[in-house]
Amino acid sequence: MYKVSADRIDELFAKIAAARTLYLPVDQNDGRAAYKEWSQGTKMSSQLNTVRSAKGFFFPQTTNLCDFNLKDKEIEVVDIRDESEDFVVFGVRACDARSFTILDKVFLAEPVDSYYATRREHGTVVTMACTEPEETCFCSVFGIDATAPEGDASCWCEGGDLYIRANTEKGEQFVSLISDMLTECDDTAVKAQQERVKDILSKLPFANVSTDYFEKNTLLDVFNSEKWAKLSESCLACGTCTFVCPTCQCYDIKDFDTGHGIKRYRTWDSCMYADFTKMAAANSRNTQMQRFRQRFMHKLVYFPDNNNGEYGCVGCGRCLVRCPISMNIVKVMKSFGEE
Amino acid sequence: MQEAIIKRAKELLADGTVNRVVGWKAGDFAYDVTPAVFTSAEELDKDFLYNDFCAPNLSKYLIKESRKEGKVLVFLKPCDSYSFNQLLKEHRILRDNVYVIAIPCRGKVDIGTVRDSGIKGITDMECDGETLTIHTLYGDKTMSHADSLGDKCKTCKTKKHAACFDEMIGEEGEPNNDGKRFEMVEKLEAMTSEERFNFWRNELSKCIRCNACRNVCPACSCENCVFDNPASGIQQRAAVTSFEENMFHLIRAFHVAGRCTDCGECTRVCPQNIPLHLLNRKYIKDINEFYGEYQAGENFDERAPLNAYTFTDCEPDVVYKRGGNA
Repeated sequence: MYKVSADRIDELFAKIAAARTLYLPVDQNDGRAAYKEWSQGTKMSSQLNTVRSAKGFFFPQTTNLCDFNLKDKEIEVVDIRDESEDFVVFGVRACDARSFTILDKVFLAEPVDSYYATRREHGTVVTMACTEPEETCFCSVFGIDATAPEGDASCWCEGGDLYIRANTEKGEQFVSLISDMLTECDDTAVKAQQERVKDILSKLPFANVSTDYFEKNTLLDVFNSEKWAKLSESCLACGTCTFVCPTCQCYDIKDFDTGHGIKRYRTWDSCMYADFTKMAAANSRNTQMQRFRQRFMHKLVYFPDNNNGEYGCVGCGRCLVRCPISMNIVKVMKSFGEE
Repeated sequence: MQEAIIKRAKELLADGTVNRVVGWKAGDFAYDVTPAVFTSAEELDKDFLYNDFCAPNLSKYLIKESRKEGKVLVFLKPCDSYSFNQLLKEHRILRDNVYVIAIPCRGKVDIGTVRDSGIKGITDMECDGETLTIHTLYGDKTMSHADSLGDKCKTCKTKKHAACFDEMIGEEGEPNNDGKRFEMVEKLEAMTSEERFNFWRNELSKCIRCNACRNVCPACSCENCVFDNPASGIQQRAAVTSFEENMFHLIRAFHVAGRCTDCGECTRVCPQNIPLHLLNRKYIKDINEFYGEYQAGENFDERAPLNAYTFTDCEPDVVYKRGGNA
């Protein structure tokens, strides 16, 4: 483990940015945090989390896939993918860090998604341990330790110092970029912080929300439950939950007619949308109840069934904060748990 | 107030006037209220809520609810009543199937506003008159009720209901004429066109195309939105160019112009905190200036200024007279 005085953080960021493009959470003019590229004078946000998750670094909201250009009667297919540069995402929380391993299971399984894979290869994830969790946090339900975030390297801010530990080879490389600013140290201060924060985490309102129901009941029992109708009755069918979610990974591929060619791009899609399952023949989900159910079945039943019990949720709480009607995965889990 | 509302709802359920109630349901914390349908006295006792956190406008739910079996009871705050009346005018709600009770509102606490003030870990809130006590994981905080309001309530247009209700619980309020409603629009109008363009590009570039603004909007009640229709040629999610995102909001604002009652739900639900209501308010302000004061949803019989021609209407060259900075 290494440390550096938190007073020198601007210097530290400058050093990282000299070697790699550096992104970190920054307060926007409305006070809410978003990931932005660092430049001289940029201050890291002290908020717990960004409105949008960090998934966009590897799975952006839109990705241009290729262009089709018309030349006389020939169609030319152009691979327009930009060569990815090496970048560092600094200050990622434990929940978002875990979301990358969930997305990896989807995009890095055969056939590998080369757009995603390239970004993953070029990106170094540097996480930041949480010290002031929100009431909407429930990452511990999914076995995530907010005091020991994963990632290529992990950081803790404690007592005016920034502690850094490399977890992977990429993390070692990251540390070597800034090694002349770091001094080796023991983990006493970090351990003390972890103890303190774990106490808060254990007392969070949703620390003990149970996933038992989804483990003890069959897929069809959950699917056919009468509870879905009530849970979904006031859903607006917007995509807020989907788009702020760090693990939602569905997308659509679309063609944009530029007038002299086609831009083929992919764009985040939402199972909450009426045309999500629209096919040439018909639409397999005709009611909002079915669409609503799909989102939670995916996260709580289908994904774990296919991935050794790992849930498709990391408990970041973004959907709890942003849903216009305050319906969310915790209310769904609790409703089933009541039986 | 909540007790009186629940009592009346139970009476109307018991005597068969209605067979269900659209209202607000309590969540895990004070602020996470969900619109819900209640069908029994037990459900009402357990979960029905009416307090300083019940911001969601229930009127749009009546489009569907009024087409179901039996009569439905709904509680409308002043601003919700204008949306309801406008929807009636557009023949979107079947009036005979709805029993409306008007209820007062003193402005709703907005959790986004409270959070953005830097208060973290909010587990509960209570409002005792003018002061909001906020219980958090990190100790109790206080905030004035006035400071905790959302945009829609800070610049409330009226505490007086549109005349569309069957009965009223509580006292009727008064229109708000403090002039604050158009303050921000006036600021934007005073900008140079470049400043204003940059303001909107900055705000709209945050859009994630979640469609929450459109889906919550009582004026957006098309059965199949042009942006959801594959046959329209402009069906899209987030598009290849961010400029298109901007156009989505402008087209939407134009489409609801003259029908938008300024309920402010678009801004309340925006996960990216975009002040979308300012687009609508600009149109409302222009309509007021060009065609005389008009409040959408206020009168059931009145023809909307954009749907009617009078000799006093301004000529299109008003745009040039305003110096191109209108």
